[in-house]
Amino acid sequence: MKHDLLGLYPLSGEEIDEILTLGLGMKALLKRGGSLSDLKGRSVFTLFFENSTRTRCSFELAAKKLGATVVNLGVSTSSVQKGETLVDTGKTLDAMRCDVIVIRHPAGGAPKLLADTVRAHVVNAGDGMTEHPTQALLDMLTMREHLGTIAGKKVAILGDIRHSRVAKSNLYGLTKLGAEVSLFAPRTLMPAGMDALGARICSSREEAVEGADVVMGLRIQLERQKAGNFPSLGEYARYYGVDSRILSYAKQGALVMHPGPVNRGVELTSAVIDGAQSRIEDQVLSGVAVRMAVLKLITREDGYDL
Amino acid sequence: MIFKNADVVFEDGVRRADLLVEGGKIAKILGAGEGGGPFIDCTGLTVFPGFIDMHVHLREPGFEYKETIETGSMSAVKGGFTQICCMPNTKPVIDNKVVARYVVMRGKEAGLAKIHPIGAITEGQRGETLSAIGGMKAAGVVALSEDGKTVANTKLMANAMLYASDFSLKCLCHCEDASLVDGGVVHEGYYSTLTGLKGSVRAAEDIVIAREICLAESLGLPVHICHVSTYSGVQLIREAKARGVAVTAETCPHYFTLTDEAIKDFDPNAKVNPPLREERDRLAVAEGLKDGTIDCIVTDHAPHHEDDKNVEFAYAAFGISGLETSFALSYTELVKKNVLTICGLAEKMSAAPARILGLEGGRIAEGMPADLTIADLGEKWTVDPAKFVSKGKNTPFGGREVYGRVKMTVVDGEIKYREEL
Repeated sequence: MKHDLLGLYPLSGEEIDEILTLGLGMKALLKRGGSLSDLKGRSVFTLFFENSTRTRCSFELAAKKLGATVVNLGVSTSSVQKGETLVDTGKTLDAMRCDVIVIRHPAGGAPKLLADTVRAHVVNAGDGMTEHPTQALLDMLTMREHLGTIAGKKVAILGDIRHSRVAKSNLYGLTKLGAEVSLFAPRTLMPAGMDALGARICSSREEAVEGADVVMGLRIQLERQKAGNFPSLGEYARYYGVDSRILSYAKQGALVMHPGPVNRGVELTSAVIDGAQSRIEDQVLSGVAVRMAVLKLITREDGYDL
Repeated sequence: MIFKNADVVFEDGVRRADLLVEGGKIAKILGAGEGGGPFIDCTGLTVFPGFIDMHVHLREPGFEYKETIETGSMSAVKGGFTQICCMPNTKPVIDNKVVARYVVMRGKEAGLAKIHPIGAITEGQRGETLSAIGGMKAAGVVALSEDGKTVANTKLMANAMLYASDFSLKCLCHCEDASLVDGGVVHEGYYSTLTGLKGSVRAAEDIVIAREICLAESLGLPVHICHVSTYSGVQLIREAKARGVAVTAETCPHYFTLTDEAIKDFDPNAKVNPPLREERDRLAVAEGLKDGTIDCIVTDHAPHHEDDKNVEFAYAAFGISGLETSFALSYTELVKKNVLTICGLAEKMSAAPARILGLEGGRIAEGMPADLTIADLGEKWTVDPAKFVSKGKNTPFGGREVYGRVKMTVVDGEIKYREEL
């Protein structure tokens, strides 16, 4: 069977653990300035239907650190602008004998549609409101590095849960590794069924953060305010943001994380972002490391047909 | 011609009889084995009053790559339908007598099921001004519907109901508050969160069901609610009927057969509007059929080309190709599970639609048109979309085992479909 990474929902705890363990090794390697050649002669295409320089660069660097050839396709440079369907785009990339397609897409389920169509491995770099598995993996890698283990830890996620693929992938991954995930959001931005998916739904910031090992803020898009989900960014910060007072409810030395980019003074105050507990910058290197681990693992059973 | 030794579904029960058909009518109902002359042996088969589907999409004119009136007619008779009513969301829209006449003419050319057009309530389905209702009635439309949309302006909807009543036409209401749906493509609940697909709440449907009931009650006019999918919508209709409002309602096989679990792997063939909902809704829809709250079963046959579905879920077209599975799904889910009797099923699929729209037919009695659906209730078969004669192969029921197979469909005494052996 072809190996893809479409989300963390379909993975087992063991599979996630395997990625994290390899990811920790990759991170140590990166810190030493090292690189590998596991993907030498392979091609990795990044196919981004949404702009995300940060995630695309992270994947590109990860692939290059493994020796792969990387081709970046953006929406504006691809035939999508000419009306080509995703399935047809996938067939074209397949015909080029590409090995891995890294896809970012605004529609949930698009990576699955692509994976069902192509021979190449598909890595989901974020689809709609569905999943962003490598973001959650890098979050978990950062947690494991600093907390030693994930099992039994308490993770509080605050912000726009409804539109957040990051929150969902984290929920799936963290609960599979034995962590407890608490969520808090404005009622307008909390979707149905998160409890059935394994989260603890909280009714205040304090309740969510109380005793947490990790406090994670989610980016709020300005368009959510325009759509009437909350009155203003100022009110959002006042009632839903994380400041030093809210952070004080967490465990001593709890980690502060954010998938970035941060709206300073909205999701988190600058004191929290720049404080000693913040791991936001460290998450970035974890991202490259965990993506290296993912690329290596999904291609490991491929034979060379040179 | 005599249909001999059939188990005939009458309004008050199933009895073995011979049906003598002459001049396109049911001339005489005889005791089993009493009829002489040329006959078709119906031993072991059940004869229903020809099914009537008051909610289908035939796509012609304008979208012939999805379906034509001819292929839709073939699909109808294969599914046992002798009369079908087609929605006006064509291109051009059926909002004037010219397009209505064209549909009637193409239906006659196909010469299979009887095709009745439904006219748009407003010009171009734009929700601004009333369409040419009088002219369309003269051209043969049997009802009005904004299909796929709600007439957002309540005053305009009230005027439509009033004006339509002058021409003895009913409005068939697609109930959807667009601002609340807000781009939702599935039911809002566990599975919308799991898939990350944008959800739409029950209230988006219920609010408009309630509005149409209020209008009907206030104006003292009848109204018909299309494809009811929510438990709360069923309850609104039940309460309205109890206090005497002239409201009628329909639902589709997918609403009493499936839940939103069907979308969990992003199957675009399970994308339909209104969306598949939860088990509680599915059960309530079946209960509504049982207690008479929901009057009839329609297919909302919505054929699409594969290209319209083989895309990202959010971009895929809404709809299910339903004509060829409706009877078997209804029989399997409702009759075999004791929700409805055989007579009850005939009421929902034949008599009620005829009564609601004032169409001839819908029951087996002397003097009625010889519109008959002949089925083998014991036959088990597996749904295979590749075998659909409809151009639309879009169904979430592929691979499903069902009971009840249409063997023959008779329209005005002529055999229009006969299963090939």
